[in-house]
Amino acid sequence: MANGPLEIKAISGHAGPVPGRDTSRDYDVCKFIDVTTCIGCKACEVACLEWNGYPFRETVFDNTYQTMPDLAWNYYNLIRFNEHVADDGTLSWLMRKDGCMHCADPGCLRACPADGAIVQYANGIVDFNQDHCIGCQYCVTGCPFNIPKFNSETKKVHKCTLCSDRVGAGLEPACIKACPTGCLHFGSKDDMKDLAEKRVKQLHEHTSHKNAGVYDPPGVGGTHVIYVLHDIEHPERYGGLPKDPHVPLLVRIWKGPLKWLGNLAMAAGILGVAAHYVRFGPKKEDEEPKGAVK
Amino acid sequence: MVQRYNFSERLMHWLTALSYTYCLSTGLAFYTPHLFWLAVILGGGPTSRFWHPIIGVAFFIIALWMHSAWRGDMKMTETDKRWLDRSKDYASNHDEVLPPQERFNGGQKLFYWLMYYGAFFLLLSGIFIWFPEYISFNLAWVRTLMILIHEIAALATIGGFIIHVYMSVFFVPGSVEAMTTGYVPERWARAHHKLWFIRMTGGEAPSKE
Repeated sequence: MANGPLEIKAISGHAGPVPGRDTSRDYDVCKFIDVTTCIGCKACEVACLEWNGYPFRETVFDNTYQTMPDLAWNYYNLIRFNEHVADDGTLSWLMRKDGCMHCADPGCLRACPADGAIVQYANGIVDFNQDHCIGCQYCVTGCPFNIPKFNSETKKVHKCTLCSDRVGAGLEPACIKACPTGCLHFGSKDDMKDLAEKRVKQLHEHTSHKNAGVYDPPGVGGTHVIYVLHDIEHPERYGGLPKDPHVPLLVRIWKGPLKWLGNLAMAAGILGVAAHYVRFGPKKEDEEPKGAVK
Repeated sequence: MVQRYNFSERLMHWLTALSYTYCLSTGLAFYTPHLFWLAVILGGGPTSRFWHPIIGVAFFIIALWMHSAWRGDMKMTETDKRWLDRSKDYASNHDEVLPPQERFNGGQKLFYWLMYYGAFFLLLSGIFIWFPEYISFNLAWVRTLMILIHEIAALATIGGFIIHVYMSVFFVPGSVEAMTTGYVPERWARAHHKLWFIRMTGGEAPSKE
């Protein structure tokens, strides 16, 4: 995944071909979250805090299992807890690990004006570089999942990095390592998609979740964090997961046509006045209007 | 020489000029990646993001001060409309066919009102962009809409600004001196603002045309 340049090319004194020669490597990484096996233990939250060096936050009791209302600049990963009563009166506890989806078409990156503040790696990870962040929060406006969070003290925005520092060293993200039920998986996008589809098939065949499906929204070009949901028709039941997320149209207009139209207009304005000067030159008040008072 | 702008008028002009130019430079940096270097030379992106709204509010307040001073002089009159109808002749230096003008001509007044209303749009939309954390996620479209309004209003004022700077620095010699020393030669005043010149100096009545 991450060690492409360290792929072995030649080996000294080695009989036979280099192992792994001519195999294709899949650089796209993916986190697969199977919400159907999540027990809401929050081990992933703790692992995330530990790896990133943040303190645990105060919990807020709201009469449910929800520990705190929202993600925060120093809390990248939150289990959203929802009680859902089906039409037949059965109750289900829906738990979803919320965090950055690492979109293939990231709205945050599109909206960001600061050079180098948001990078998308070839493996699909979308990462914020706080050193270059100017604190405008345009990324918050561009994100269809409401993920980036602003630190009002440092004026920097933070979110899940998909442990780019760990993945870069060939490790899996901290949350994956902590999950006790195995509902979190990490690997190449193809492998994770495959695994997710298999799980969906299993749910269809062996459980009553006939609407189970893979959440990999095409509106944002697919994501590098995918879910298996019990009911793919109603992702919003899982704490506001959007059904068909897109980079907002207004953001695309603002960052698309308005930019080049505006740049063109400004350049044309400057060229226009320059051309006017060359054509007409400065006014000379010596040529007094006819009938001028003297 | 005739006094065209007194000290406080020159002060308010240069304060709006300075604050506008700062907001313009930092704003353009946020507007397009090709001009992000402007923020870098002005102290860096975070510094620019911090000061842009504050200097923007300063610009707005000075613009209000300017309004209190120039509101009367900037009222559009019938003569201004006739002047604007012939602005093509003004642009091509056929000033002899233009009606005589008061202290400000129709074009100057248009620019004034463009900046005045532009300042309101920029301030109102700017507040939303300044504190986006207070707008809930469900209303994220409001944030984007405000950014669009802010950019369109800014582009409109930039158009006026380009023409304003070009005209004062290059097209109408004497304008820069008027705004720096405050004084213009009688000849200049008579040629460009005859009605005002007569009012100021008690000069002879304008000829009938």
